[in-house]
Amino acid sequence: MMDEGTELSLTIAQIVQRLKATNLHSQIERQAKECLHRPEIQLESLKEDVRNFLKASGWERKLQNAVYRELHVQPLPRHPAAPPEHAKEPLAYMRKAQVNWEKRILKSLNSMCTELGVPLARKRPAVEQKELTNKWNEMGTDEPGKWTSQSICSVRRLNTPSYSISHDSQVLISLRNPNHDSSEEASAKSHWGLIQVPLHDRDIPQMREAYSELSLTTGQLGIDDHTHVPPVLLCYECASVCVVPVVNEQDSAAAQQYSRQGCPTGLRADLWALVLNSTNEPEDVMHYEQLKAGVIHHDLLVDNLIYKDVKLTASNDDYYFVFEDFLYQVLLCFSRDTAVLEHFSYNSATPPKSYIQGEPFYPCRGRVIPFHGFSMYVAPLCFLYNEPSKLYSVFREMYVRYFFRLHSVSSSTSGIVSLCLQFERLLQTHLPQLFYHLREIGAQPLRIAFKWMVRAFSGYLSTDQLLLLWDRILGYDSLEIVAVLAAAVFAFRAENLMEVTSLTSAEAVLADLSTLKVMPLIQIFLFATVI
Amino acid sequence: MSKNKTAGYKGPHGYQKRKEGDGRSCVRYKCGLTNTIQDVLRQRPGWMEVKDDGEWDFNWCDVGWLRENFDHSYMEEHVRICHFRNHYELTRKNLMVKNLKRYRKTLEREAGRIEAAKCDFFPRTFELPSEYHLFVEEFKRSPGSTWIMKPVARSQGKGIFLFQKLKDIMDWKKDGSRSEEQRDETQVESYVAQRYIENPYLISGRKFDLRVYVLVTSYIPLKAWLYRDGFARFSSTRFSLTSIDDQYVHLTNVAVQKTAPDYDPEKGCKWQMQQLRRYLTARHGTETIEALFKDVDNIFVRSLQSVQKVIINDKHCFELYGYDILLDQDLKPWLIEVNASPSLTASSQEDYEMKCCLLEDTLHIVDMEGRLTGREKRVGGYDLMWNDGPVYREDVNLETLGSACFTANTHLGCVNDRKKQLRQLLKPFPGKKRI
Repeated sequence: MMDEGTELSLTIAQIVQRLKATNLHSQIERQAKECLHRPEIQLESLKEDVRNFLKASGWERKLQNAVYRELHVQPLPRHPAAPPEHAKEPLAYMRKAQVNWEKRILKSLNSMCTELGVPLARKRPAVEQKELTNKWNEMGTDEPGKWTSQSICSVRRLNTPSYSISHDSQVLISLRNPNHDSSEEASAKSHWGLIQVPLHDRDIPQMREAYSELSLTTGQLGIDDHTHVPPVLLCYECASVCVVPVVNEQDSAAAQQYSRQGCPTGLRADLWALVLNSTNEPEDVMHYEQLKAGVIHHDLLVDNLIYKDVKLTASNDDYYFVFEDFLYQVLLCFSRDTAVLEHFSYNSATPPKSYIQGEPFYPCRGRVIPFHGFSMYVAPLCFLYNEPSKLYSVFREMYVRYFFRLHSVSSSTSGIVSLCLQFERLLQTHLPQLFYHLREIGAQPLRIAFKWMVRAFSGYLSTDQLLLLWDRILGYDSLEIVAVLAAAVFAFRAENLMEVTSLTSAEAVLADLSTLKVMPLIQIFLFATVI
Repeated sequence: MSKNKTAGYKGPHGYQKRKEGDGRSCVRYKCGLTNTIQDVLRQRPGWMEVKDDGEWDFNWCDVGWLRENFDHSYMEEHVRICHFRNHYELTRKNLMVKNLKRYRKTLEREAGRIEAAKCDFFPRTFELPSEYHLFVEEFKRSPGSTWIMKPVARSQGKGIFLFQKLKDIMDWKKDGSRSEEQRDETQVESYVAQRYIENPYLISGRKFDLRVYVLVTSYIPLKAWLYRDGFARFSSTRFSLTSIDDQYVHLTNVAVQKTAPDYDPEKGCKWQMQQLRRYLTARHGTETIEALFKDVDNIFVRSLQSVQKVIINDKHCFELYGYDILLDQDLKPWLIEVNASPSLTASSQEDYEMKCCLLEDTLHIVDMEGRLTGREKRVGGYDLMWNDGPVYREDVNLETLGSACFTANTHLGCVNDRKKQLRQLLKPFPGKKRI
């Protein structure tokens, strides 16, 4: 056990180390050097004056935001004697499950290659490269197989474990802690749901404290602000008064706090970029252009998965079909981005690696294998950002902070395992009759709610409601709210669900969430439920 | 034709003054269309269809029927029909332009340049062949520009094409490869040549236009309602000026898009107006988009004012117009055309529900049942936009008169909580208890 002091200095040292390598560091250094010419900088009080200058010109704020960002993505501080895997995931049985899962996925990817007789990666001939460059902005118009070495329509293999969501849930359901003997527990305390691991979860009183900004007496944005009715929405007016300074000051921490009550539509794009400290400086644009060049030069096998996913999900969605081209532009680059590698230091997953003729090869250099529904993480963002490099930057940050936890096995409170467990526990505690009934008819609630949570509800809620939900994910820096919403949806439709007699009819009751209003549901569930 | 066989419904004042509660509890209707409107009429409590030559109190007819029968019909005071006799002054492209140009001139004379500039929401348009020489002058003044040719009286995108060279339209006149039928038609048909908007606002590379619904219940005085819902129709391919022959790129009518090779009916190519408004607000900020929608309101009002003196006003008539608006990259809205018979066929479940609500609310405003006082500013999804003068959200009285800040009573693309509003507003149908 480290003492607080050591922990703190370790953290500081780590952050300083990481920031030294960034462009921000060289920019600040340059600024500091250049300001020496200014009249207000005196030799006697050099340090003080330079500091004041950096503060006044906004550089201190940028540094603050950068530090704030690092704190978000820091791996857990660990004991010096602990092996590096502990930073990824402290629980051994979870690590093992993740490793096994990855092995199966990789195996399936490899056999896909063998079966199709195509390489994991292929350099494009010059003619194809030129064509792709011209068509970059409208890849959606072509058939899916055009830019890859094999038409994916004929690949039935794509319905395999590497790809489908039902397999993900299987893995989670079969998780067991070898050190935990649940046979001793009294049956009343036993867990009725599918997830049988003893992870920590929160109950409603604890959540009421944690989510105090969502209480019934606090105004929430986005409930009616687009009717622009002046007398009613003092909330909206206050918001315009409060939020503009936050944006002007470019303060990440304040933006995050602000998002807890929802972001005004006109300012959401700026606020999210602030919270994520996602910039669109020339070096970000250049990084994106490099990735794009990578796409043009090489075709990767996993590109097939991306094409298929976009065509099957986002392109068929009534609202997101318009953004098809953006999705290709973002996802193809994402699968080649080695900067995404960084997050694996705190992700229980490991970059998938395979061997070609004895040489290790990474099927996708960004190390994330896309799966069915992956494009839905990006689609809602297209609503806010229309420059590909900016869109890319925001998406990547959201991925390495939040989305990756939705498809890797870990004990993190934002991880999918915890979310599933949290959901089941909330339901069992506060809607026991409903849970029991559903269990009896063979309709375990998680079977229905799983797909919502894995996608953070993208594609299930209407866009405006989804964005309000994601405001809170950013505001509270956690995906826990997704589990709360899932439980709240069941609570909302409880009456109808009590009357169904099969899994199919239960699914039918919960098939259409597009009319739901997210914030009232969450508020009522958290603050109006009788304990 | 409706004869006086309605004994039992005459109130003490006959039908001279529509009073609250003096409406009909049994309405006989005639309906010439077989789409959503049929369902809405059928489901309305107390309304019964009459066939063939039966007497009717309400007629939802198509313009063909109107043309043949209106002049020979005698209508009782209470009877309502869904078109104005000479609606084509607004809805035929050449007449609309003529009326707008004339109105603009009058405005310039009476109120000055700035006021007249508020009418600059339609692109330069010329009727062919009558204004051919004027058109050629304008054409030569802007070399390299693209123009669009539209037949004046057709719909659903038929017969429209783009051109950039004068010889393209000369060719067309002489072109032997056109079918016999087309050539015969072109002899009688008028076209308009309109400056094509080359910088449309694109979303993800795609062009779209807006369909908005405006209900006019009277021209003199002018009373018009604006419906909150509507939609944006996307073209299924990416916009580019290099392929002006590609109809699918440039024409956004659903009828045209449906025939596009990669059209997927499951996909749909429409966004609800609310979705579009939110998208634009997220992209450009609240103030900019509020200003945009104010400009859109201006289009409706001015276009209606331009035909106010020309349309034959008739208390029996009301009309539901479908306005087509295009946005350019500078967020300026342009009027493309006005439809007197906007399509009521639904392209999806969502579309069906929207059109049902639209038509129900239209019937609420026409108010055969006499449930309204006539002082309402909102009925369901409709907001009263113009009532012989602008209508404001705020109540205008002596105290507020001095205040400079009035907002228009329009909510295009805003939340449409019509059910709640209707429950509070309307008395139950005669003979039915309140639910």
